[in-house]
Amino acid sequence: MTIRVQREDFDVGAELEALTRGKTSIGGVTTFLGLVRDMAGGSSVGAMTLEHYPGMTERQLEAIEAEARRRWPLDDVLVIHRYGRLEPGDRIVLVATTSAHREAAFESCHFLIDWLKTKAPFWKLESTAEGEQWVEAKGSDDNAAARWEK
Amino acid sequence: MKVLYFAWLRTKIGLAQEEVTPPAEVADVAGLVEWLKGRGPKYAEALANTAVVKVAVNQEYVPYDHPLSAGDEVALFPPVTGG
Repeated sequence: MTIRVQREDFDVGAELEALTRGKTSIGGVTTFLGLVRDMAGGSSVGAMTLEHYPGMTERQLEAIEAEARRRWPLDDVLVIHRYGRLEPGDRIVLVATTSAHREAAFESCHFLIDWLKTKAPFWKLESTAEGEQWVEAKGSDDNAAARWEK
Repeated sequence: MKVLYFAWLRTKIGLAQEEVTPPAEVADVAGLVEWLKGRGPKYAEALANTAVVKVAVNQEYVPYDHPLSAGDEVALFPPVTGG
């Protein structure tokens, strides 16, 4: 398992290569790549700054990953989440899951990004033409995460 | 104890973190938040609506009735918006 919280960009191809190289038991990889969108609620976003809680962020991501491994037979899990100033089109987050079979890889990847969005302590500050504003949590994200509650 | 503030709680209060020594009758998170509100108008405004203030003690989410001890690291922050 790998959890990384970093300012730097990442190379998706290189990450997937490292995740799967030499592991011939893997039958499928599912990835979710999150990007900075250029629009938010009708306003054009010039940049976004991600703040996080060092220490707790890693702990929460590790706990979410452990839960995914309890629920699905996974070969490996990779979560990379960036912080700091990002611009539209920049990569924010990568979640990748590998398993012998596609169903476990698909479902666990979906679960991981849904729970990450509602549990990992990150906050987005958007800069638009109207000024800076903190992004508000969405009820739809809570509903998406609640689907996976047992 | 150490109190950390994130996102708009940090900008409204004007601090990222501080050491506080609340009186002995502050026994849980709810008591600490009430006590912090009395520290000034910035605190009172930032903590006015606790429905949008989440709490972690020692880096784990806790409810407002969670008990506190002197060495705790308490973090107050808005609902998270990562991903």
